[in-house]
Parts: sequence; C-alpha cells; structure tokens
Amino acid sequence: MTQLFTVSSYLAVKEIWRNLGRFLLVSLVIALITLLVLFIAALGEGLGNGNREYISKLDAQLIVYQAKSDLLVGASRLGYDRLAAVQRIKGVADAGMLGTANATIILPGNNAAPLKVSLMGVAPGHPGEPKVVTGRQLGSGLTREVILDRSTALRSKLVVGDTLTIRTTQGTTDKFFDLRVVGISDGQQYSLQPTIFLPLGTWDRVRPKSEAEINSTDLVGNVIIVKLNDPTEAALVESRIKGQINNVETASLDQAIQALPGYTAQQSTLNTQGGFTLFIGILVIGGFFQIQTLQKVPQIGVLKAIGTSNPAVAAASVIQIVVITIIGVAIGAVLSFLFSLTFPPTVPIVFNGQTSAIAIIALLLIGPLGGLVSIRYAVRIEPLKALGLSS
Amino acid sequence: MMNAIETQYALETKSVIKTYQTDTGPIQAVDDVSIQVAPGEFVALVGPSGSGKTTMLSILAALLKPSSGQILLDGEDLAGMSETQRVNLRRQKIGFTFQSNNLVPYLSAVENVELMLRLNNRLDKAGKLRARELLARLGLGERLNNLPGQMSGGQQQRVAIARALIHNPSLVLADEPTASLDSERAFQVVETFAGLIHEQKRAGIIVTHDLRMCEFVDRVLQMRDGKLVKVTDEHDEIMKLARSGKD
Repeated sequence: MTQLFTVSSYLAVKEIWRNLGRFLLVSLVIALITLLVLFIAALGEGLGNGNREYISKLDAQLIVYQAKSDLLVGASRLGYDRLAAVQRIKGVADAGMLGTANATIILPGNNAAPLKVSLMGVAPGHPGEPKVVTGRQLGSGLTREVILDRSTALRSKLVVGDTLTIRTTQGTTDKFFDLRVVGISDGQQYSLQPTIFLPLGTWDRVRPKSEAEINSTDLVGNVIIVKLNDPTEAALVESRIKGQINNVETASLDQAIQALPGYTAQQSTLNTQGGFTLFIGILVIGGFFQIQTLQKVPQIGVLKAIGTSNPAVAAASVIQIVVITIIGVAIGAVLSFLFSLTFPPTVPIVFNGQTSAIAIIALLLIGPLGGLVSIRYAVRIEPLKALGLSS
Repeated sequence: MMNAIETQYALETKSVIKTYQTDTGPIQAVDDVSIQVAPGEFVALVGPSGSGKTTMLSILAALLKPSSGQILLDGEDLAGMSETQRVNLRRQKIGFTFQSNNLVPYLSAVENVELMLRLNNRLDKAGKLRARELLARLGLGERLNNLPGQMSGGQQQRVAIARALIHNPSLVLADEPTASLDSERAFQVVETFAGLIHEQKRAGIIVTHDLRMCEFVDRVLQMRDGKLVKVTDEHDEIMKLARSGKD
C-alpha cells in the first residue's frame, strides 16, 4: 500500500511539476469557481442575514401574529389586550409588543445622503429590545431615545449621545423628529435595512401614519415576541395561546424567518446559483482531466505495459486531481478574502464560517467528482491497444 | 506465483495458439508456435505484415493471453496467470522497448530508467548509480536530466533500452525499436542492445520487419500466417539474410 502510494504520488507530482503552466491554469479556473461560489454563499448569507438578523437574535421562542396574516409581520395588527392575554398564558415568561415601520434618518451635512432604516418599536426591558453593546438600554414610556444597530451606527457615523433626526410621512405631511442615541447594539438588521429601536410609545408617535391613523389613540403593534419559561415546551405553549386567545396565530423563530417576504425565494435562488456553479465546476474539471487522459493514452499504456498496476494509475490520477483542486480552492479562498476587504458595508456580503466551510468542502469534492470519469477511463486503458499492438 | 518448471531456457513456448473470432469466422493469429530462448541469447522474430509476430510478442510480454499452449518464463507458465500476476511479472521479469511513445514524457532520462526500480521498490543508492552508469554506457551521460522531448528518437530508444535492462529482467522484448530511426542510428541502437543482452545474459527478442537488423542476432525466427516457418541459427545464413534486407 505504501509502495503504491509512493509510486502514485511520485508520478502525480512529477507530472504536475513538469507541466506547471497547464495545471496552474486548471487551478486558476478552480480558483475562479471558488471565488464565485464563496461570493454567492456570502451574498446569500449577507442577504439572508439582512432579512433575518433581528429575528434570529431574539431572546425568545415564539412570535404571535394576527390570525390570517400569513405570518407576515407587516400584515399583522395586535392591540395591548392581546399582549396582556399572552402574558397570562401558563409557560410564558415574558412577552413584548413589536411594531415595525420604515423611516429616513436625515444625516448632518449638505452632501450626506439620507439613510433609510427599519423603525422598530419595542417594549423596553421586554423581549424584542436588543441588548446594547455600547451605552444603555431604552428608557420606558415616551422618552425620545433610540438604540442603533451596528450597521446603522457604521453608516451614519452616529455615536452614543448624538441626536438624530428622522423623517416620516404622517397623512400627507413630512414630519421630522429628533431622537437621542442612548445605545448601540450588535447587527440587528431587519428587512435588509439598518435598524433603529425606539420605545413603543415613541415609535407610535413618530412612525409613518395614514390620514385615518393620525388621530387614533389606540396603541397597536404588529406582533408579540414571546419568551418561554421552558423553550422545550414551545409546542405546548403555542397550543395554549391558540386555544385561549382568539384571532391569533403563532410561529417559531425559524418559521417566522421562512415567512419573511421574499426570504425563501431569495435563498433558494442563491442556493440554486451556487449549486449550478458547483455543477459547472464539476463539468469543467471533469472535462479537463478527461481531455488530459485522452492525450495520455499511450503514456498510460506504457506505464501499464512495464508493470504499473491499475490501482497505482488510478491513485496517481486521484492525487493529481486532489492536489490541483486544493491549490485552486486555496487560491480562490485567499482571493475571496482579499476582495471582501474592498467591499463597503452597504454590500450585503457576509463570510460566515459555517457557510464558507460547507462551500469549501463542496468545492474540494468537485475535483474528485469531476475526475471520476477520467479515472475510470485511465483504469480501463488496455496497454495493447494504447501501444498499437492489438490486432 | 505458480510453481516453476525446471528448464534450461529463460523463455520457452509450447504449441502456442491465439485465435481471434471475427465476423467472417475464427482467425489464427498465432498457430502452434514453439520456441526457446536461452539466457544471453538474442533472437529476431521476423515476418511480413500480418504474420503474427506482434501478436506473439504481446503474448510473450504477458500483455495477451494465448488461446492455448504454454509460455514458460523462468519455468513459470504465463498462460495460467491472473491479471495481477501478469502485471507483477511484467514489472519484475520483463524489460520492454516499444516502437514509439516509449518514455514517460514528464520524467527525465534517468528518472525514466529509475522508474523500473521504483516500481519494483528497489530504488536505492546503488540502483541510482547503476541507472546513471547504464545511460552513460549508452552514450547518454550528458543527457541524464533531459526530458524525452529534448532528445532525438535514437536517444529516446537508448533510454528505453536502459529502462528495459535496469531491473535485471529475465526477458527483454523490443518491438520494432528502429522503425522511427534512420539507418545509422538504427544499427547503433540494435548493436548496443545486442551487446547488453549478451553481456548481461538476458534472453532478448526483437521483433522487426527490417532484416538488416538480423546482423546482430544469434537466431532468426521467421513467421508467416501465424506459423513459425523457419529458424535460422547458422551465422553465415543469418548474415546472408541480413544482407538480403540491404538489397
């Protein structure tokens, strides 16, 4: 076995070394495929993250929606009576109302472009309010305070203690509101936008409103975020909520993420693109090694005629393919990393360790997979025919 | 390996037959051929196109199984061997030079020769030295690190000869080794080959359509229509045959 590996690796490495240009070209093709796959994966992660980041980081297990809202946060309307009812359900540790809307931050300076953000109304101290990493949590009531998520802080350059102005449209009039930054959380994007968090009362005052809503005094949020005493009892609590409260539906965080508008379609599109790129990679690598094997038929014939075994011939091919693929993937990974440094924070590219690792493993497999046909072909070469000795 | 039969010959075939099935019926490419080659003997297998000499060579090289008959190499019968046994036999006991595409293109001259030792797990310092010495004797001392593409056809054939001999095989086979060479180089190659066969006491068989090359052999086996039709072992007759090729 050792002898087989020694001979095979000797033949494989010698051939690569003496034909560096040709093999490097294939490695570069693999590097480009790697670059493409990693960027598609990072884009998928970035876009997905931009959509789900806030929900996925919630310290909660369930979300309560208005019935028949199809788990769409924007389509759901829940009043405080429902919040109180949810809080009374056995197994619920805490619950907080969440209101969502959009607003524009007017940044200081004449040339600064306004920043569109998700405007989130949360109950201070209750599920839904993100933990700050700088500054403090929101005060309760109608305080004009705001927590910025990391991406908002990065893009707006605002820091704790600054005052920001937001613009919303209420009725037919643009309204401007000043809010004081009291804290900055980690990344908490929602709806692919940077996000700011306000106490629910303040949120209701500053959020965009239709003409009919302007004079309404009812405080209405979109959904209720529920934290359970025992997360393993989620199903039981869900059934209690649906059984005891009328006109609501519930979802786990995963279900809520899948129901985000366009999320599933976006992710499946990007996954399909990544899959196709890998498939193209398999074809390209397979094609290269097959052509190379066809060109090497007499040479493989000689090797077999002088006593090289089929396993040794196959192992040499496998080693060659693996080496070329590893070099290509390594070059591609380094290129991806270097390119990623040049992207501004507005580009939703996130190199998540797990996603990148899966992509790299898939890329490392495409070499041997693509080369399977050529390995099979090499093993089947008959020295008699290859050397022109057959009658 | 199988049990060896005692024999004074390095190679002995007994009533070897190779039949091919074709659309028009069976064809006997080799028909009842029995030959013997002793260690240190250099034999030419000649005959016109389609005479069966290449098929016979393929059978002797353990690349093709005969339909019937025995092929004893150092007393071991090739005919009954499995594919793995035949691969091992080719690696250990047979040296081979081919008409063309002889060498592994990405290995240098000395690496091509050393490859046989490497395959046999016998590449040590002494083996490396022997490979260099053998190439130097073949006039390739300055070409040790040249790749096949950097050498002429004659030089490549000489590297192939060195590779065929380096692992001390019992049988050395050459298939039309001069086909792509000019006359002068062809004579040089076969003369060198014959010299080494005699000196190293190997059994050597050269398949050629060029009768002039018979000048360097000890015996000429002539085939026609798959049969061994004439064996010439008298020196004068061999030289006469060689001269007939020059006409």
